[in-house]
Amino acid sequence: MRMFKETSLIFSRQLDRVETLGRYTIVRRYGKMVGLLALLAIAIVFPLVFSNSEETGIALFALIFAAAVTGWNIFSGYTGYISLGHAAYFGTGAYALAIICQVWNVPAGYTPFLFVPVAGLVAAVLAVPVGWIALRVRRHTFVVITIAIFFIFQLLAINLTEQYTTTGSLNLPIPVDWTGDFYNIPFYYASLILLLVAIAISWWVRNSKYGLGLLAIRDDEDRALGLGVKTVPSKLAAFVISAFIVGMAGAIWAYYVFVIYPPTAFDATFDVAFVLMAFLGGVGTISGPILGALLLESTQQYFTSVLTQNGGYYLIAYGALFLAVILLLPRGIIPTLSERWARYQVSRHQSLQEHDAIVTALPTPDGVAENVERKEGINL
Amino acid sequence: MLGLIVEAIILGILTGGVYALMASGLTLVFGVMNIINVGQGALVILGAYLSYFLEQQLHIDLFLGLLLTMPFMFGLGLLIEFFFIRPIKRDRTMFSILVTFGVALIIEGILNIIFSANPVQLSAWYITASLPVGGFNLFNFHVGIFYLPFIYVFGFLLAVVLLGGLYLLVYRTKFGFALRASMQNRTAAELIGIDVERISAITFGIGIALAAAGGMAYGATNLFNAGSAYDLISRLLAIIIFGGMGSLSGALIASLGMLVIEDVTTVVWSPSWATTVFFILLVVILLLRPQGLLGKVEVRKQ
Repeated sequence: MRMFKETSLIFSRQLDRVETLGRYTIVRRYGKMVGLLALLAIAIVFPLVFSNSEETGIALFALIFAAAVTGWNIFSGYTGYISLGHAAYFGTGAYALAIICQVWNVPAGYTPFLFVPVAGLVAAVLAVPVGWIALRVRRHTFVVITIAIFFIFQLLAINLTEQYTTTGSLNLPIPVDWTGDFYNIPFYYASLILLLVAIAISWWVRNSKYGLGLLAIRDDEDRALGLGVKTVPSKLAAFVISAFIVGMAGAIWAYYVFVIYPPTAFDATFDVAFVLMAFLGGVGTISGPILGALLLESTQQYFTSVLTQNGGYYLIAYGALFLAVILLLPRGIIPTLSERWARYQVSRHQSLQEHDAIVTALPTPDGVAENVERKEGINL
Repeated sequence: MLGLIVEAIILGILTGGVYALMASGLTLVFGVMNIINVGQGALVILGAYLSYFLEQQLHIDLFLGLLLTMPFMFGLGLLIEFFFIRPIKRDRTMFSILVTFGVALIIEGILNIIFSANPVQLSAWYITASLPVGGFNLFNFHVGIFYLPFIYVFGFLLAVVLLGGLYLLVYRTKFGFALRASMQNRTAAELIGIDVERISAITFGIGIALAAAGGMAYGATNLFNAGSAYDLISRLLAIIIFGGMGSLSGALIASLGMLVIEDVTTVVWSPSWATTVFFILLVVILLLRPQGLLGKVEVRKQ
């Protein structure tokens, strides 16, 4: 009897909590949506307000990298397999678009943008055998192998272009009609669309059963395998999807810079850049890599336009920032902030209901909890 | 043709010894500390530039200069370990790759500012003077005389001496026993009273001092600038994957194999494909043996 009383007491408190949390979630969900729409609106009107070609140039680089890092994150962030070789697919996408434009005589203008997905597809197809080989090993060996494979790609690009052109460079069509400040505008919107596509894919993966399998691989691969996650195809699919997005980013980048060389398209600093941006914002989250890329790429572009006389200072600043982020903020901005926010919420909630001892756990994102249940239902 | 191939094999073995020197530091550090020092390439180049500085400014012989640069780099290794590796608490291997990449970027930047990006090469009498080799018969083929700069031989001898010293250190001294104990089981080593932190720091220092020696030999046979670090680190990583991570003898075999394959490809096919052939071979090896030639199979971390 006494026990029953207690249970009912707990139950009523639980109901209380569910109600309050429910209200919170509704407010938060709408708030989130409004916030996201506002961000999108800002992104859309940005070039109309800051129409200077320098400003739009910085912004479009930031968008391209945000898309590429989002792509990187779909594989490395969700599965925990850190790839230090994704610049290989960036370069592949760049070269694919350049070669497509040359071979099919694609005119300058809006048409090359239509071939961006094709370039991404080329990168994705190349990623299949590479991922198949590299994903046979785990953890650090995987990281090292991705670096080695990146250099294979770079060497192949150097050797293969030597066979066809004497200068080692490839040219893309230059849209001469787009003059002055307008030149950047089509590139800006193309990059924005790419970023939106990347976010959509990233969001879908994060909230699907498939993505949950990837997260399980990150946490404990053997256990995930034991629970019925098909680890090998899952990892490979994530690898290919991320190569596809990174390849498309590389293609837009190539069209914008219009002359590509093997060392500029297959640039080892891009490898580091992807990792650094993701780590700065928060690996494995959806918004973290985007925030990291926007912050870092815009500062980087600004620095390169200011410090032009010697690349050394830029490298030192970059390396120091890298060290600072990894050592001081290893979990990234978004996870650190959201944990603070969650703690604040919990403490506020606890002070509201001082007697309620039940609310001890941190609130989890609703989507994930939902998925856990669904997944268990299927697997067991 | 056969003469050229024999020449390529000899050259490959001699330069392979130098690469073994650089790679052994990398693989040793991985074995003991479970970290991958991606900055090894930049540190090799730093070693080469230190020798360059001593030779240009103070006119100190390259090999004598090592007596200064190796202790200096050892100290630098201790500092890097203390400030950047030791603070990593969680997921050491992953974060060490990122941290040492950051260190490499800083070193590259500093070298770019001080020495500019123009490629330089070390100079000494034994780099310009050559040793006639060949003029013998091998399986009824006559191998013609060719000239080999002394530095290749000296560099190889340096590698033999240092790697021999390393072997004695690892297998014949008390420090070596402690080191191998930490390699096999870090926790158990700590339990029987080995100061694993200290062993780790010293190992890291040794690895980087070996990089300095390798850098001198590299700088004497190649034109280099700060950007050469990328080329070097890709080769070194390939070597330690090929040989099996954490295995010293694997690193030795892989370095000799890599350079021989490269030099032979240069002769029979074309120089621009030399490295690619090695990398393709690496991929094939990984398909057959994901853990490398002499590596241990990764067991599940509990």
